[in-house]
Amino acid sequence: MSENRGAAVRYESVQKSYDGETLVVKNLNLDIARGEFLTMLGPSGSGKTTCLMMLAGFEPATHGEIFLNDRPINNVPPHKRGIGMVFQNYALFPHMTVAENLAFPLQVRGISKADQSSRVQRALDMVELGTFGSRRPAQLSGGQQQRVAVARALVFDPELVLMDEPLGALDKQLREQMQYEIKHIHENLGVTIVYVTHDQTEALTMSDRVAVFNDGVIQQLSTPDALYESPQNSFVAQFIGENNKLNGTVTSVEGTTCGVEVGTGIHLKADPVNISGVGSKTTLSLRPERVELQPEAPMENMVDGHIEELIYLGDHIRVRMNVAGNDEFVVKVRNRGQRRKIAEGETVKIGWAASDCKALDAVA
Amino acid sequence: MSSATTDAAISATPDDGVVRAADGTPLKKSLARALRREKTRSFLLIAPLLLFILISFIAPIADMLFRSVENNIVEDTIPRTVEALKEWDPDSDELPSEDVFAALHADLEIAVKQRIHTRLGSRLNYEASGMSGLFRKTGRSVRRMDEGNYREQFIEADEDWGELETWRVIRRFSAPYTAGYFLNAVDAERTSEGIELKPENERIYLTLFNRTLVMSLAITLSCLLLGFPIAYLLAHLSLRTSNMLLILVLLPFWTSLLVRTSAWKVLLQQQGVINDFLVWIGLIDDANRLVMINNQTGTIIAMTHILLPFMILPLFSVMKTISPSYVRAAKSLGANDWTAFWRVYFPQTIPGIGAGAILVFILSIGYYITPELVGGTSGIFISNRIAYHISSSLNWGLAAALGTILLALVMLLFYVYDKIVGIDNVKLG
Repeated sequence: MSENRGAAVRYESVQKSYDGETLVVKNLNLDIARGEFLTMLGPSGSGKTTCLMMLAGFEPATHGEIFLNDRPINNVPPHKRGIGMVFQNYALFPHMTVAENLAFPLQVRGISKADQSSRVQRALDMVELGTFGSRRPAQLSGGQQQRVAVARALVFDPELVLMDEPLGALDKQLREQMQYEIKHIHENLGVTIVYVTHDQTEALTMSDRVAVFNDGVIQQLSTPDALYESPQNSFVAQFIGENNKLNGTVTSVEGTTCGVEVGTGIHLKADPVNISGVGSKTTLSLRPERVELQPEAPMENMVDGHIEELIYLGDHIRVRMNVAGNDEFVVKVRNRGQRRKIAEGETVKIGWAASDCKALDAVA
Repeated sequence: MSSATTDAAISATPDDGVVRAADGTPLKKSLARALRREKTRSFLLIAPLLLFILISFIAPIADMLFRSVENNIVEDTIPRTVEALKEWDPDSDELPSEDVFAALHADLEIAVKQRIHTRLGSRLNYEASGMSGLFRKTGRSVRRMDEGNYREQFIEADEDWGELETWRVIRRFSAPYTAGYFLNAVDAERTSEGIELKPENERIYLTLFNRTLVMSLAITLSCLLLGFPIAYLLAHLSLRTSNMLLILVLLPFWTSLLVRTSAWKVLLQQQGVINDFLVWIGLIDDANRLVMINNQTGTIIAMTHILLPFMILPLFSVMKTISPSYVRAAKSLGANDWTAFWRVYFPQTIPGIGAGAILVFILSIGYYITPELVGGTSGIFISNRIAYHISSSLNWGLAAALGTILLALVMLLFYVYDKIVGIDNVKLG
């Protein structure tokens, strides 16, 4: 297994259309490495679930080819692909007990009865539900059902496991706990996991790499930190984490910085990531925690901000202010205790470094 | 101040352990009072329907059931004779005494005046043939009888009065309640040796009950076989198409039952459309046209067609709730199409199958019109016989007994079904 350096999954110019008029997935090319945890992240209708369903075999690709271990699988029916799958609502068979649910994939593979029960028990122990084998799914809590679904997808030792928004039905606390459990299972077993979600926190916490989908196209494919620190376009900047937008025009480009005029007469310095040259429109992206309120030393960008609203959140204070005509500009101020009091209605100086401010494609 | 009073009221758990409301009344009483208005209102809302059901449904059925054992007619018509007969030992080889004949004369004089003696004759005729004629004939001569020596005069009027069996029948059925109708309904009779089944060639009701059950099962089964794929199709098509098709399923409900049944007559008869077609394509010989109507085949075909929607609708509504992700999950776990269907999809449709099967079976077990029209003699059901006794032979007691047995049979099957499948497993939608 480790000798073969080929990708576990490869999408090659895959397209998908349901109605023959619009493309839900537009020319997808993606390699997923063996043992990788890859998350497809995007808003609903972005094509991420369709990509997963094509891989599982429930939707045929309209064009292109999907490879599993370098073997084309377009004509392989789902039950012969050997891919484990965890569904959005778990899809545990309600008329079978937990143990029967887990034994199902082993039965259809003709594994002996004794082998079945030992493997079922091992899988149940793995998700810490060792004593729940004789219960029906309806007698379990949401979190327990979720674990059974994970155990069932893993019990027949697939090399690839697909998860379609598996934590969507759980409450926040349980969701966070399950994120860690799935991550640990992934680390322990070394399986390849393709995970679909619309929850960016989930994507950032668990994944090796994240593919951000929008409009049937992968907008950016990179590690979680790169996704947050250096978004490649405005959609990714806006979708991942909190983001301040400032629309402007590029006035100069000098190496790793560019000058941008925002509003009337406010000149800012930014990191030119995705601009088409001097004179073009751009949208600046700036994380709220990278802005300094009343900086002691002078910074590359210094502007005036009019404080509109203060929201106290314990560990930090959200300051909503009007900067260069944008009154949705948010600054997060860490709660350090001995800071100078600020009040709504004041106008204060704010500043940030040019490298924290990304000049991206213009959006309205 | 005000918060202090509230605290006192809540925390005041009195010594007797009764939880009290803020004003000191026990909480249970207070709650009951608060709910009483609501309960009264909801009862008043259903009261008209309840009354209607009681008057038009429950009461007539109870009355009908009561008729199956009721036998006041003998005691009401000839009370003195019944009283006098108590002295007589039916196992003796002697005719009743002169007292009994005198009592019979007194009774019949009144009965003839009121013209009710023939009714008693018809009643007793159900138990032993010849009784109707006996009473009619005697009724004519009873007025001319002289006082005294009634025994000879009666035997002169009709020699059956000299038969021991006549008196045994009267005595046997003089009680105000009788099991006679029920015995009749299961082809049994009470002879002097006790209860025994009638000779094999006279057993009509057992045959009919048996046939009704077997044919209802056959109809239920064929409805299931035909309905399951249709319901599956309906549940898996797009909403627009499935709504269209659902209208087609419901369409027969808007056509008269008689019209649909008559249509089958046109199709199935020997000179009918299907036979003509089969002869035309050469599958059968003109001389050997299939007999598909006025027999069991006709009843099963026509009733399957008529009851099919009752199978499709519960199946459809259950299948619609089965998420497609179950079958997908089964396939992703390695099951082929058939295994995924049989092991995962089919078991989840069982509540629908149960509901549809119960509905179709219970409807068909009491079906009347269709077997009457296309059943001929070999394809009629027990309900046709009940209708015959209600409207033609006027033996309401027997009709009531047959109806009671049918009702009991349905309830028994319901119970068995509950034991095997579980009634909570039935889902209509």
